[in-house]
Amino acid sequence: MPVVVAIPGPLQPYAGGRSDVMVSAPGGTVGDALEALGDEYPGVRDRVLTEQGDVRQHLNVFVDEDNVRFASGLATPVFDGCRVTILPAVSGG
Amino acid sequence: MPKKASGSGVLLLVGTTKGAFVFRSSGARTKWTMSGPYLRGEPVYAMAFDGRAGRQRLWAGTGNPFFGSSLRSSDDLGGTWSDKEEHAIKFPASSGLALKQIWQIRPGPVHQPDVMYCGVEPSALFESRDAGKTWTANAGLLGHEHRPKWTPGGGGLCLHTIVPLGDGRMGIAMSTGGFYRSDDGGKSGRARNVGVRAEFLPDKNPEFGQCVHKVVSHPARPERLFLQNHWGLYRSDDFGDTWHDIANGVPSDFGFSMAIHPHDPDTAYIVPLESDGFRCVPEAKLRVYRTRDAGKSWKPLSRGLPQEGAFESVLRDGLDTDTSDPAGVYFGTRSGKVFASRDEGASWEMVAKSLPSVVCVKAAVLAPAPSHAKRKVTAAHSKRKAARRPTRGAR
Repeated sequence: MPVVVAIPGPLQPYAGGRSDVMVSAPGGTVGDALEALGDEYPGVRDRVLTEQGDVRQHLNVFVDEDNVRFASGLATPVFDGCRVTILPAVSGG
Repeated sequence: MPKKASGSGVLLLVGTTKGAFVFRSSGARTKWTMSGPYLRGEPVYAMAFDGRAGRQRLWAGTGNPFFGSSLRSSDDLGGTWSDKEEHAIKFPASSGLALKQIWQIRPGPVHQPDVMYCGVEPSALFESRDAGKTWTANAGLLGHEHRPKWTPGGGGLCLHTIVPLGDGRMGIAMSTGGFYRSDDGGKSGRARNVGVRAEFLPDKNPEFGQCVHKVVSHPARPERLFLQNHWGLYRSDDFGDTWHDIANGVPSDFGFSMAIHPHDPDTAYIVPLESDGFRCVPEAKLRVYRTRDAGKSWKPLSRGLPQEGAFESVLRDGLDTDTSDPAGVYFGTRSGKVFASRDEGASWEMVAKSLPSVVCVKAAVLAPAPSHAKRKVTAAHSKRKAARRPTRGAR
């Protein structure tokens, strides 16, 4: 299932300079999309997920407009053509 | 006894909540030049200088709030830094833990020039045997039976102090958890807190659980340790088996920072704070206290430090000494000031006044690098600079 992952500015150097990356999420979840992204760009994965595979505390991940923290986390479903956006949270800094 | 250094200058590594700064002076320490901020925008809770084996390597533990903590190195005194991937510190998957912050970076003994240690949050000790290239979590501490009962202090559940004691002994301290010592090279360790109180617990003298803020020791007398506690100032003369109150003549025995004199095991420095409820220096007078008699008495040192309206605080890694003779003493404050003394604390001058909050100060005397080490450093430096150059045609 193809989805677009939007990469925040500070992480674009680790994604080959790209702001959007098309990935395939075969299992249909946000976690699958991020895993696929990490296979291609491990530097992005290590900065988004801890070594235990959890989204870092001060990052938010959205499926379109919906924050996955208030849905099913990394198990939140994705769908054809949706946009998975990674953004630093206001709680950090 | 550490050799009295006579290198070609003195470095002051200052970690702040928004990056790292490097101050440099000649051996006279009369004039300081500042460079930085490096690792801009990232909290740098730990810094270290590794001058072993001809290296002149800086280390920094960064805590990017968004993208995670990382260990970084520089071989050109801060000009360029390694990337996050180069010295990766990661908990094993089986631990269920994730690195939150690096709190202490400690090069190993001189006779083990490739050994290094890191203390991290959540409390763990990482070790490297290849000068920081790769790291492994100390299994003995990771699996310690007390781990489920260690609780975070105000700054987090941090392993902030590492004290190699020789002959296979090592001490570590954490908040909270207390002081632990291993006698078998780190394979196992036991709590050593007899006499150290825990005011915030129903049992004021538990086996462990104290909020130890800092422990220092001198390599010439490793059995003697000084300890600054969350309420309490102590000394041990038996490698930490027992601790004795040495809060003699200080305005408060609450504080964070502590440093040992580089050449005198009887001399230590602290910056007392009024209380846990008001973490500023007593009476709004910024004073460093020094003992020259192993804690029997403490003397305030204030010449050159503000004595009115100084609501300052110095954090646990914010005080250090250099190995010059006379010894230099340095500290940084939460308000972003850095003070230096080149006469063992008798007088002070402010070398910075408006940095971001200072969380770490480390001093190092530079020895000239041998020519083969310079060539190796130059090659590494050139490689990093080339990696950062934009390719032809790129915007």
